[in-house]
Amino acid sequence: MIQIKAHSYDMITPSRDAVFKTQGIPPDTVVHDEIETLYTKALALLSVLAAPFSIVSEVSEFDSDVVYYGEGRNESRTPIGDIFKRADHLALFAVTIGQPISREIQDRFQSNDFALASMLDSVASAAVDRLAANAERFFFKALSEEGYPVTGTVVLGYSPGYCGWHISGQRRLFDILRPQQIGISLNDSFLMQPMKSVSGVLVAGPKEIHTFPTSYPSCSQCETRGCRERIRTLMAG
Amino acid sequence: MGILTQLSNSLINGNDEKVALLTRQAIDEGIPAKQILDTGLIGAMDTVGARFKAHDIFLPDVLLAAKAMYAGMDELKPLMIEAGISSIGKVVLGSVQGDLHDIGKNLVGIMLKGAGFEVIDLGNDVPPSCFVESAMEHGASVIGMSALLTTTMPAMKRVVECVQEEQVAGQIKIIVGGAPVSEDFAREIGADAYGFDAASAVDRVKSLIGDN
Repeated sequence: MIQIKAHSYDMITPSRDAVFKTQGIPPDTVVHDEIETLYTKALALLSVLAAPFSIVSEVSEFDSDVVYYGEGRNESRTPIGDIFKRADHLALFAVTIGQPISREIQDRFQSNDFALASMLDSVASAAVDRLAANAERFFFKALSEEGYPVTGTVVLGYSPGYCGWHISGQRRLFDILRPQQIGISLNDSFLMQPMKSVSGVLVAGPKEIHTFPTSYPSCSQCETRGCRERIRTLMAG
Repeated sequence: MGILTQLSNSLINGNDEKVALLTRQAIDEGIPAKQILDTGLIGAMDTVGARFKAHDIFLPDVLLAAKAMYAGMDELKPLMIEAGISSIGKVVLGSVQGDLHDIGKNLVGIMLKGAGFEVIDLGNDVPPSCFVESAMEHGASVIGMSALLTTTMPAMKRVVECVQEEQVAGQIKIIVGGAPVSEDFAREIGADAYGFDAASAVDRVKSLIGDN
């Protein structure tokens, strides 16, 4: 199963809370008009400049091992290494909202329009996250339509560069998935261009396989602990 | 209300047009450029910074104020050059070799300028030698580096080594920052400081300049 798709603006419209969170504004905060105006302007720019694309391709356990083990630079134990082993189905994915939005952000910074540049950056990041979440939903639906039992199944994406999975895993991912088909390239530092792109592995399995403690080697250096909120949401759902 | 107070309030409120207008008026009234700068502009940005740290205002407010500050500085620049008023210090900034992320670095640059520093922004994907060459060429006393990938962090150590090779380690201080960077990493590579975020980076740079 492989899908390459162009998406509409509706698919990527980010939530106000998601955008404001990265601007350091707590949820439900009443902000003044200038900040609301910045948010509205940033959404308008996103609607005009974003070119959202996704590619999703189901892969074998062998291929996902090739991607995971990459260049052999992972931490000795990682949550993702344990999760992959317990997956029922795996897919590679990559999503992007295109280059023009990144150029606009740079241009705005250059012209001293800092607040709008920063807000647009937050809007664009939240938009690409929505696209990644859509890839998760697509894979779940595809499995269901192919007749696989999906009751109790959760699909979540995991990306190289996090949780001890070395970012060099991107190279193998790019070799197999070829996100160049939707305009994403990888530089020697494993940085994707356009910058507002996400790639990784989609893991389908019971929700329990996606939960893990913070006792892995990489956990002690992690500042964000973003996994905790994700796991809390998963267990609450 | 005196004009410098009006100027200061307009900057804090992020009104760039009013800041430009009031700066011109202050100049026309014969207020010395240094006083306009220190009291009306930098003083106001210090207030913005303090309110941001206290979580009274948010990042967009800081950036709107910064834009207003730049508008005032544009009016003031010719007089500052004429009066020989220099910045409180020079900082060379850049994202390290192989790294194209620059939002964090941009925010640090904006806030450093707001604090009265001259910033030489080398952009992104900057080779190690360029940081040192630029710092020496401009007489900068601080190099600030940003990395957002674990694969690009090693370039920071090469810059530290370049500074040591040029034997300017005491004269040029190094501050590092970025999501995967930590205080421990900074210490390990021999950097002089670590900036957790843009606001703390400005405070650390002020300390480094003070040490010099």
